[in-house]
Amino acid sequence: MTPAQTLPMAASDRWLIGLACVGVLLLATLPWLGSALIVDKLIYLFILVMFAVMWNLLAGYAGLVSVGQQAFIGLGGYALIRLVDAGFPPFPMILAAAVLTGVVAWALSWFVLRMKAGEFAIATWVIAETIRSIVMFDPIVQGETGTSLLALNAYDPDLRRMVLYLMALTMMVVMVWGTWVLLQRRIGAESQAIRDDEDAAASVGISTFQVKQRIYIIASVGCALAGALWLASAITFQPRTSFGVQWSVFMLFMVLVGGIGTFIGPILGALLFFALQEIFGDFGAWYLAGIGIVAILFALYLPRGLVGLWLDRGRDEPLSMRKRLGL
Amino acid sequence: MTAALTLTDLVGRHGQLQAIKGLSLTIAANEVLAVIGANGAGKTTLMRMIAGLHPVAEGGILLHGSPVTKMPAHERVKAGIALSPEGRRLFGDMTVAENLMIAAENGRKGDWTLATVCDAFPQLTPLLGRLAGGLSGGQRQAVAIGRALIANPSVILLDEVSLGLSPAAVEGLYSSLAGLKGKVTLIVVEQDLTRAMGFASRLICIAEGVLELDGTPATLTRQQITDAYFGIHKAEEPSHA
Repeated sequence: MTPAQTLPMAASDRWLIGLACVGVLLLATLPWLGSALIVDKLIYLFILVMFAVMWNLLAGYAGLVSVGQQAFIGLGGYALIRLVDAGFPPFPMILAAAVLTGVVAWALSWFVLRMKAGEFAIATWVIAETIRSIVMFDPIVQGETGTSLLALNAYDPDLRRMVLYLMALTMMVVMVWGTWVLLQRRIGAESQAIRDDEDAAASVGISTFQVKQRIYIIASVGCALAGALWLASAITFQPRTSFGVQWSVFMLFMVLVGGIGTFIGPILGALLFFALQEIFGDFGAWYLAGIGIVAILFALYLPRGLVGLWLDRGRDEPLSMRKRLGL
Repeated sequence: MTAALTLTDLVGRHGQLQAIKGLSLTIAANEVLAVIGANGAGKTTLMRMIAGLHPVAEGGILLHGSPVTKMPAHERVKAGIALSPEGRRLFGDMTVAENLMIAAENGRKGDWTLATVCDAFPQLTPLLGRLAGGLSGGQRQAVAIGRALIANPSVILLDEVSLGLSPAAVEGLYSSLAGLKGKVTLIVVEQDLTRAMGFASRLICIAEGVLELDGTPATLTRQQITDAYFGIHKAEEPSHA
């Protein structure tokens, strides 16, 4: 027997990737053609995709079910507020805010990752609430009142929209593509092994803490980036909104409905969630009930999410992270 | 020649409970040691302590003369200890080949590769492309042992080899394991006394975290082992383990 070799990618996957590339190119030209409203909505969609992809990396691939990623969404926004307040230019500071938040995630990782499953989930939420309380003490945030990214008003609204749109599109592509590359590498298989059985992973020689720490920091930086972008498009920073647990609910919804632990699932979930918000967003509280009903229906009838539609027909998962070993 | 493993006054706890109470043991290189004991005697805790998955509260572990007591589990694999855990805990969402390859990538280099493991455990070859979560107990055990072996350990710990397996599956596994004798130090937790006496060159019995009995299958009688198993020689009340 010869050692295992990885087979080339399935033809259907290559088609999908080609299609995605064409889609991205079309989207890149859109701000010159589409209306301001559509551009604004697409910025929000890209941010949702980033949230979903990052949460899926964390929970779906590494088994780190966090309900506290809003800590990093909020911190990304807060760091941006602070940096701009200190006189730095707003657009490059979106990246700097994410890097700073990554440092906080690194510091937190040392103790939060020692906890398992339920404890971990609760701890992440408590941390998010604690950070929100601390941020509310900041005089420029003024408690519940919040503050605004006024420096952005210095830019022409069309230019601002254009820059944010292109930044959001680029970062979404970087996150989706980066996740793909990451999961194809050894750390991808190792994180899935930890998700399946952490003790067994350690006993085959995987440095479980290190793998979890890397994934946790990457997912946190990704959320901070998306959070800072969201703030730059929404302008107003309010601690209860930026650090709100609704972000975790959105991420959970998108990932579970799309298909947790699959590559394409969270992207489909984000599209569906966006569509639901667009169609039913005007119904007020009923819209939330509708989202809940959709989540329940998926849990009952399509527990593997939209990707389950493929799998139930016996087809291979599109863009699977399973290594195709030639044996 | 230094011993493969030296355990000195090892203490392991689960909260307030002492699961291993000051256990000392020296295991020679390439020895085949069977560990016997009732449920709750501390066998699995001992295996997990040697592998680095359970903290050592007191005492020390030497691997080929060098201390590994403070070493995390993944580094012990690189030092040469591999565990096939109780319950055959595979990575269920991965294929058998992926289960083996991830262990090979993280383990030591040596004679054991995907090919040689499949030669030693021929039952694995047709399973390589299957998801580990969907295998039968015997198949899962073979994968778990293969996954430990492919890391090229010098000490291999097999926890509860035959638990819950059909006699045919147990027979198949042990005939494959017999091929490992003399190549690695084997520590096997085995509930089946006949099997343990037939396979091992040395046999120990643990009861309530204490080493009760230590000898070779040739010198020990079944009565001695059964008494040690239940802790009967202790004059006090019978064990409630």
